[in-house]
Amino acid sequence: MKDYAMIIDYKYCTGCHACEVTCQNEHNFNENEWGIKLTEHGPTKFESGWVWNYVPVPSKLCDLCVEKTSDGSPVPCVLHCLGQCMQVVPVKELADILPALGEEVAVFIP
Amino acid sequence: MGERIIECSDGRIKMRTCAWSPPGDHPVGCGMYLTVEDGKVVKVEGDPQHPITNGRLCVRCLTLPEYMYNEKRIIHPMYRDPKDRGKDVWEEISWDQALDIIVEKWTAIKDKWGRESIVTFQGTGREPALYHSSLTYAVLGSPNAVFPMSGDSCYGPRCSVADFLLGAGYPEMDYAQFLEGRYDDPQYELPKYIILWGKDPLFSNPDGFFGHSLIDLMKRGSKFITIDPRITWISARSEYALQLRPGTDAALGIGMLQVIINEGLYDSEFVEKWTFGFEELKQRVNEYTLEEIEEITTVAKEDIIAVARIYAQNSPSAIMWGLAVDTNSNGTQVGHTIMSLIAITGNFDIPGGNTLSVPASFMGKWRYECANLLEPEIRKKMIGLERYPGFQAAHVVAHPDLVLDALETGDPYELKMAWFFGSNMLANTSNAQPKRWYEALRKMEFNVGQDLFMTPTAMALYDVFLPVATFAEHEGVVLPHFGRNTHMVSAMNKCVDVGECKSDLEICFWIGKRLNPDAWPWETIADFFTQQIQPVMGITFEDLQDEGWHMNAFEYRKYEKGLLRPDGAQGFNTPTGLIELESSLYEDWGEDPLPYFAENILTPFSRPDLAEEFPLIMTTGGRETTSFHSEHRQIKSLRRLMPDPLVQINPETAIQYGISNGDWVAIENPFGRAIEKALITEIIKPGIIHAQHGWWYPEQDGEEPNLFGVWKSTINSLIPHKAIGKLGFGSPYKNVMCKIYKVDSLDS
Repeated sequence: MKDYAMIIDYKYCTGCHACEVTCQNEHNFNENEWGIKLTEHGPTKFESGWVWNYVPVPSKLCDLCVEKTSDGSPVPCVLHCLGQCMQVVPVKELADILPALGEEVAVFIP
Repeated sequence: MGERIIECSDGRIKMRTCAWSPPGDHPVGCGMYLTVEDGKVVKVEGDPQHPITNGRLCVRCLTLPEYMYNEKRIIHPMYRDPKDRGKDVWEEISWDQALDIIVEKWTAIKDKWGRESIVTFQGTGREPALYHSSLTYAVLGSPNAVFPMSGDSCYGPRCSVADFLLGAGYPEMDYAQFLEGRYDDPQYELPKYIILWGKDPLFSNPDGFFGHSLIDLMKRGSKFITIDPRITWISARSEYALQLRPGTDAALGIGMLQVIINEGLYDSEFVEKWTFGFEELKQRVNEYTLEEIEEITTVAKEDIIAVARIYAQNSPSAIMWGLAVDTNSNGTQVGHTIMSLIAITGNFDIPGGNTLSVPASFMGKWRYECANLLEPEIRKKMIGLERYPGFQAAHVVAHPDLVLDALETGDPYELKMAWFFGSNMLANTSNAQPKRWYEALRKMEFNVGQDLFMTPTAMALYDVFLPVATFAEHEGVVLPHFGRNTHMVSAMNKCVDVGECKSDLEICFWIGKRLNPDAWPWETIADFFTQQIQPVMGITFEDLQDEGWHMNAFEYRKYEKGLLRPDGAQGFNTPTGLIELESSLYEDWGEDPLPYFAENILTPFSRPDLAEEFPLIMTTGGRETTSFHSEHRQIKSLRRLMPDPLVQINPETAIQYGISNGDWVAIENPFGRAIEKALITEIIKPGIIHAQHGWWYPEQDGEEPNLFGVWKSTINSLIPHKAIGKLGFGSPYKNVMCKIYKVDSLDS
């Protein structure tokens, strides 16, 4: 298993596509190769209000940019995310980080 | 703060800059480093040190190299004989040849028809918004600089209303944009509630506001109320989402004022000390009942009451007013109600409320002062000055609808030469009835345009095409809110050259120094910018380039400190020295001094005779992150995220008309017709549709008659000409009646 995980605090994901485009540029993927791709729930009526959620899901091509960022530089998708709702963290720290984020949070180990 | 230039170990260099345009955007100044290798930009990275954007970038900056080095980009000046307009028969020329052609034609036209026969057009919000009127007044010597959107329905109306009623610039929400410590600054308070009124800032282009600052505030605990015919991403998370009928905002504003005033929830101390006309406003808003307002707006009376109470009882709170205020012939009154709501609740210029500033500063002031260089008898000929004096009181430009009238009729005089700045106006929001503009402009003696791509407008109309540099290719200053409430200025630093492209300002210098050198005394662009910023900030342009950005000085409650009036007295820079809840200016200009609701001219309610045939209401103008209006359609990485023009239709309405998701749909009314692809969605109410704007197809045949397919999805063809308010502002871009029906293809 990988040592790092990606946390998406998806209550703040606005569906801006910055992660998708950054990832393709960073890795020179061709147009059908996605390191991360948005999924969408809604917009639709839900309980007494609305649901309109996006969750970007990393694919197997996602290496969490571990090597590229070994010098301490930011992970490109995390840096550009307009909602600032992404983190790449060591798997062993997940239990400490997650409680503070509350609900509507996803963790990926791609 | 980081370095301006970073030399990397692999020989590449990273250069810091802040974005404005091109590619198109409003003056936000998002911070980034561009990696340059062998004279080319190869990578874009957000700058985490930037105090507003913190490294965040949207897909339009992230795909900048694809835009800069696009195979379709025009990178040399070109000429085409006016008799060949519409044909792809361009000849590459030098800048010197272009200048000679322009000077020869300009001289002949001004000698024969007068300088006033020259008209210039700007697009929306891009950098030449600051330079287009300067070139018109201080170089070409014509009084006719115009933003050709009917009723000037973008930003100008809001700024004018703010200037008339407050004597101030655009009252932007306080998101700690002026404070060194941002949200953690001890002076700052979080807005308890943020009302987004006809505004979707996450993906719209908000004049200097960085949209995702809303997410910063949401994380810190601000709550939201949205007033919008559509559910947006923010409305899905709002405490109240008022889905009013498009165009009825003034009625809603009147209802909220009535609740706050009648329940005594207003800030009586502020009202007494700093406002004029409260009793008259009280009387006016009580001429409507909440039941009537519910019927007009379709917003439940209980919700109007609840939202009014929340806003009045949770200070500080802020209102962000959007384009929907401008795109409405009743928009002056919408703005009036919103300014009155902020005023009577005491939310102006307090931490977490709505900030105030002087109405014009920096280049935003200079551009209008250039009108003083016009010969007095020429200036008097500015089109619209007599008919709409209020229109020109706060922004010195010709009136767009009357310019189209002049083009078509020769009244008050013939127009013979046009110049286009950053405006693909045939494709985009810059006009109602685009085919009428097209027919009129193709008859001009001579047309010049500045752009980066061969647009439908360029193919149809230009004789000389001047290629423009992107923000990575020129020096510039980003001026949020165009100087009408500017929290900081940032440097656009030139990183590379592409072809022979020049910036819009360089083009002004280039021709200005030949035609009117006295008005262009600066040796360099840097000297010009230094003269603009040094008196206020004490730094040169070179200092700004090294710093990256520079915050403007700021104080809250400026009206108490004499900071809003040129005479240094307390209060506001209005005729009464107070916030004018009742305007002391409007009656002279033929307008009611108090707010009222008036139905726009082409709705099922104002035209019941047409309602059976055209039962639906069309709203337009919602933005997507993948394009700036009509730009970016040729950028493949972005186009595949939004390949087709979409019309949003409620599921019930779709069933009623036999339309399925993905069908091509014709949208039609007595004025025009457009074809878009159906997106069936609950975010819009039954009976209302939302149609995207600004579509053309760079992959299609560019020559006439096709012109890159620009007439296929031209939603502006449904908008009537000159259906505007009494002051000359506001056209119903977001509320006209229509019908829809399924068609086989985009070409049906």
